[in-house]
Amino acid sequence: MAEYTIKVRRFQPESGEGPYWEQFNVDLDPSLSVLDGLLQAKDKEDGSLAVRCSCRAAICGSCGMKINGQSGLGCKTQIGEAQEQANKMKAATGVTAAEASSPIGAQAPEAQDAVRATGQVEAGPGTTAVTTANEAPIVIEPMGNMPVIKDLITDMESTHWTKIRRVTPWLLPHGEPPEREYIVDPESMIDITQSMACIQCGACVSSCLSMEADPGFIGPAALAKAYRFVGDPRDAETEERLHDLAEDPHGIYDCTHCFSCIDACPKGVAPMDQIMRLRRRAGEEGIEDPNAGHAHEVAFVKVIEKKGLLDEALLVQESYAPGVKGKLKPSKRGLIETIKSLPTILRPLRKRKVKLRQAIPGLHHGLPKDEMNDVRSIYEHAEEHNEELNLYIRGEEGEDALPDGEAAEEVTNG
Amino acid sequence: MAENIKVAYWPGCVSRGFTPELHGSMALVAQKLEIELVELDRANCCGAGVIAEHNQELADTLNARTFALAQQTGLSMMNICSTCQGAQSECQQRLDADSAYRAHVNEALSGQGLSYEKASDGGWTNKNFLWLLVEDYGLDRLKEQVVRPLSGLRVGPFYGCYIVRPKERLGYAEYPDRDIYLEKVIEALGGEIVEYDGARKCCGFPVVTMNRDTSLRQAGTHVGDAIDAGADCLVTPCPLCHLNLDMQQPEAAKVVNRDLGLAVLHLPQLVGLALGAAPKELGMGKHIASTRWVEERLSSGVAA
Repeated sequence: MAEYTIKVRRFQPESGEGPYWEQFNVDLDPSLSVLDGLLQAKDKEDGSLAVRCSCRAAICGSCGMKINGQSGLGCKTQIGEAQEQANKMKAATGVTAAEASSPIGAQAPEAQDAVRATGQVEAGPGTTAVTTANEAPIVIEPMGNMPVIKDLITDMESTHWTKIRRVTPWLLPHGEPPEREYIVDPESMIDITQSMACIQCGACVSSCLSMEADPGFIGPAALAKAYRFVGDPRDAETEERLHDLAEDPHGIYDCTHCFSCIDACPKGVAPMDQIMRLRRRAGEEGIEDPNAGHAHEVAFVKVIEKKGLLDEALLVQESYAPGVKGKLKPSKRGLIETIKSLPTILRPLRKRKVKLRQAIPGLHHGLPKDEMNDVRSIYEHAEEHNEELNLYIRGEEGEDALPDGEAAEEVTNG
Repeated sequence: MAENIKVAYWPGCVSRGFTPELHGSMALVAQKLEIELVELDRANCCGAGVIAEHNQELADTLNARTFALAQQTGLSMMNICSTCQGAQSECQQRLDADSAYRAHVNEALSGQGLSYEKASDGGWTNKNFLWLLVEDYGLDRLKEQVVRPLSGLRVGPFYGCYIVRPKERLGYAEYPDRDIYLEKVIEALGGEIVEYDGARKCCGFPVVTMNRDTSLRQAGTHVGDAIDAGADCLVTPCPLCHLNLDMQQPEAAKVVNRDLGLAVLHLPQLVGLALGAAPKELGMGKHIASTRWVEERLSSGVAA
């Protein structure tokens, strides 16, 4: 048993007051969960502390929350580990996760609204509680990117479920349904088992940094769900789905590659990887999106094929107006974006940060000829095979698969 | 006495493109720290995650080539870009996980007389300058080199997504403090740490051509938050973050509708200042957001 101080961001809409912090001292084994700590506080100190939970075993996906700023499940985070993390951040930065986000709950816009509405942040009655010596409090907040209903309970409907429904989360087969079940090759379903592992907890949505800047973004959970159907061999409207997801300006090309959802997911779904699979599939279909995400991807791949190194100016030009040197027919958006980017190119020229030849597409240095031959042969080989290794499915060898058939022997002997 | 460090050095594309001051300041700082850099001038772009999104095997093979070139020198590799670190770690993870896949990728390199070999634990590594500084060079040794402590300079760390997530891929099991190294370095150099909301968030750069508004709102928000928290400057180990935070700062200011104007230093520049290098030598005059305030703070600090 050990003592922990948990610092919870609380909010009760009926009080008419803004959110506030309250600390609770709990006593439990370090191997128990943050959720166990919350339930103890609720049981012994304040029955009105609101937290949603059910299975307590990372299966139901009810207890999504932010612990020391990290989105995840309360029941899957050991309180001892949460304490270590809190101590580490406090020692490194001199502040706790709660103090770092100022004003209170800077990561949750709806809470800020509440703060603004009341004009001030209420100091909770527990904020004076003394923390165990040298131990930083474990900071617990409701999930981000969604409105708070009460304390740690967020409104999953207005963001998470609305976005899930946005991607038509059911199978769309064509033709007469078979007499019994659809029969598919088991191999053809393996690819989507990773996205099927989702338990709809919303932790990835909570952590999404693109959605924080653009609330319209379809987001990690819904796009992982979309891939679950795009990759399903029984679905007959894959192409339509890809058009829909690519052509939405807040769709697959709105993800900024921040990896937050990968770290937040308690089930290894890696939503960002599923978004990249959707982009690959959309690219293979040759779908051109309004944000020119596909054009950017193709431009990048071609620039490296041509020069081996990045030519920033050429990348920008090719992203906005592909093939301009060949046919000179940039889109209206391409022209507008090119004009918008001119000041960004001109300022570094004035500062002599970049040389003129670097600012003119195509003139930047590339790799020497011999090296370019190497790069081109790599392109040929990879384009011929285009293998994708998914570690979620294949796993790392050496853990289960020992060399020289030892694993097989162990299985038979065991 | 600690041994001198010698590494196969991958400078990346952007440090020799739109952030030349990073390349120059790294060379200067390496010299001062007596870190010997063997530059991989034949190596190619890491793909920045974009090539992997197009064709995973292509990205893996391009990076296997860079790793093989580094291994040919008999040295571990160092990079100066969070994005290179993340993109290369991702490819290395796949190459190391599966010997059949590694053999398949090496097949494409065989005509060039190259081959990427999986190293035994801790054998061959690829580390960002930030990781190398803390783990191999050592903070105590760094402190001994400081001739102009950054006293009174309030520095906000900005990591870049690719160097902090995903934890499972980036060696946190072995080095759990990799997400607080910038704070440790700022402290070792005598500076003051400014904690603000954006330190480990996304600069927005990857979508700047696709969704300019979202991208610049991210950059502008983080710069603004750092200013509100009292920062004199930011420091980043990622030149791509630098492009959005510094080069795009005037545009980001328009999107978030407020005055910005915060200096953003590359990690080697911050280290260089503490080692006594002149701001001009470190290429600080090339930044878009003026670094004059940083220089003033430091000169007043010395006088005081």
